[in-house]
Amino acid sequence: MRTISFTEATLEAMQEEMRRDATVFLMGEDIAKQGGIFGQFKGLPQEFGLERVRDTPISEAALVGAGVGAALTGCRPVVDMHFADFITCAMDELVNQAAKLRYMFGEQCVVPMTLRAPDGITKSAGSQHSQALEGWFMHTPGLEVVVPADAEDAKGLLKAAIRSDNPTLYFEHKMLFPRKGPVPDDDDFVVPIGKAKTMRDGSDVAIVTYGITVGRAIEAAALLEADGIDAMVINLRTVWPLDYGAIADAVARTHRVVVAHEAVRVGGVGAEIAAFIGEKCFDELDAPVVRLGAAHVPVPFAPVLQEAMYPKAPMIADAARRLVRKTL
Amino acid sequence: MAKTLAAPAGARRDLGIALLRMMIRIRVLEEGIEKHFLGGEIPGFAHLSIGQEAVAAGTCANLRRDDAIASTHRGHGHTLAKGTSMRGMVAELFARATGICKGKGGSMHIADFSVGMLGANGVVGGGFGLVAGAALSAVQRKTDQVAVCFFGDGATNRGPFHENLNLCAVWNLPAIFVLENNRYASTTSTAETMKIENVAMRAAGYGMPSAIVDGFDGFAVYDAVGDAVERARSGGGPTFVECKTYRARGHYIGDPERYRQKTEVADVMTASDPIVRMQALLGEALSLGEFERVWAEAREEFADAVAFARSSPAPEKDEAFFGAYTGDREPGNPVHDFEARERDEFLPFAPNVGTGSQGSGH
Ligand SMILES: Cc1ncc(C[n+]2csc(CCOP(=O)(O)OP(=O)(O)O)c2C)c(N)n1
Ligand SMILES: [Mg+2]
Repeated sequence: MRTISFTEATLEAMQEEMRRDATVFLMGEDIAKQGGIFGQFKGLPQEFGLERVRDTPISEAALVGAGVGAALTGCRPVVDMHFADFITCAMDELVNQAAKLRYMFGEQCVVPMTLRAPDGITKSAGSQHSQALEGWFMHTPGLEVVVPADAEDAKGLLKAAIRSDNPTLYFEHKMLFPRKGPVPDDDDFVVPIGKAKTMRDGSDVAIVTYGITVGRAIEAAALLEADGIDAMVINLRTVWPLDYGAIADAVARTHRVVVAHEAVRVGGVGAEIAAFIGEKCFDELDAPVVRLGAAHVPVPFAPVLQEAMYPKAPMIADAARRLVRKTL
Repeated sequence: MAKTLAAPAGARRDLGIALLRMMIRIRVLEEGIEKHFLGGEIPGFAHLSIGQEAVAAGTCANLRRDDAIASTHRGHGHTLAKGTSMRGMVAELFARATGICKGKGGSMHIADFSVGMLGANGVVGGGFGLVAGAALSAVQRKTDQVAVCFFGDGATNRGPFHENLNLCAVWNLPAIFVLENNRYASTTSTAETMKIENVAMRAAGYGMPSAIVDGFDGFAVYDAVGDAVERARSGGGPTFVECKTYRARGHYIGDPERYRQKTEVADVMTASDPIVRMQALLGEALSLGEFERVWAEAREEFADAVAFARSSPAPEKDEAFFGAYTGDREPGNPVHDFEARERDEFLPFAPNVGTGSQGSGH
């Protein structure tokens, strides 16, 4: 194990996969000569050249469309979306093309494309640079959706995404890039897609979450511990395919569940999880599932507004506390 | 050289002074934004148009208040030139309740519908459709309004540029596409992302007339856009105006600018600073005393705007939950009632944060 930043972890994943497989290539805006907005591509063109690490025009529809075409014909493209918000500029290519081709064409093809999408709320980036959109893509049959929570996930999930034969969205939270964490030394280390990880065991309440909210849930668990409440924290790692088994196990162990994410709560990933628990684990529940997510508004610019509308540790802890004390 | 020409007189002189005044106001505003951003009073991202002021000033001097513009992430100049107050803008950038967008937009998403400014845009190319629609609306409503789209060279590589140019051309809409070709898109030189030197060639592909102008020369921009506005108002359809200009600051405030030499910036600004250029074009028509008074007035206006912003309150936390839908501030409205519940869940946990935490680059 070494301690490295989330950014370094993604860089290692890119390097190892590009060395391992000559069909892996990378394209995006301002990535090769500048190394990416978050420095997440630094050094790659020096090792792999400008044909495998391509700077592109501002043409998101072309990038994703060409990514699909290259994937259909023997390559493993990794396309950087600059900000996850700009996936919207390539929705046809992603939703109507990438997601559907294999099924629609009777399994004649695979689409081994990875989209890297820096997402989430940062310091006053405003409504068009702050979104968390994974819920849309969970809702789109044919796509895989992974959301790393820390440096270990960052490396292992990116390698898994690149190796996957399915089109995979990799949502990397902008605030996570500088954060450091332990990462295994093994250069064949991957985090399997579709498997959750228990970050903290506990018996009173389970906090089921993913991405940046995992760290907030671990903070919440520490707050709860001070109150004598033993919280379990489940890091889903993959949003689709969802690890329903891990969720059911957590319900069976704690009988109380808080689901939390930074994306809008209404119609979000948490809704699917809460509905699943209600349908399949009802008898295990001691209390209704509590679902936390951002308010149903665009992310506002003013810091005081931005900080008011999405869940962080104190809100998660409060929800868990009320569940345990049955004061809902 | 411009200096050898006779000094403009009469209406042309007045126009030159008006353009100069606007360019200086924009310059003072943006130098001030830079300072207060670096000082931590302006959160988020901010992109400056220093070096490009002649495009905003020369274009908007042709427009009526009821004409529409759509702007970009680099939109302070467009916004001011269309007639927005500095107070409203600075308060918005300072994330105050008195900002034109109530502190919800900020530099990258500033708008002022009272003067036909349909918004800066966080999405490159977001304005093309808005302008096509505003022009279409003028036709549907049988007015003689026109709509102007400001955009960068980089934006012309996006699909919506092509779709909307074609639509405006084939429907003969009163739209004017004002390209600010500043040689870069973010860190990438334009020469690396397109094979043509003049983007105006692309307009020809849609059957749209175009002009290529020196974007450092306020008169030249004014004249070219003036012709386009006249054509659009009289039913002659859209025009494309390519302004050759230069971005004298980083892509965003804080950009380390590793993609170009410092000397390149200095060389361009020494030769072409649009304010110096206009002063030279005015020659004897503007005394040094008058020139200095324009600067002094702009600085006073900016200082007043900063004082206004500083004395304005941050938005109430409540504001976060309302405004996405019409009627959502009225009890009984289903969205209101939902958001009011959300507000009551969130507000006990809302931290007290300052108004000026600085963004993390880009
Ligand atoms: C659809 C989209 N893609 C990428 C970006 C990131 N981005 C912001 S500004 C910019 C460069 C724009 O270049 P240009 O259109 O020439 O305008 P300039 O910045 O030169 O004024 C990029 C790539 C974005 N905001 N929106
Ligand atoms: Mg440009």
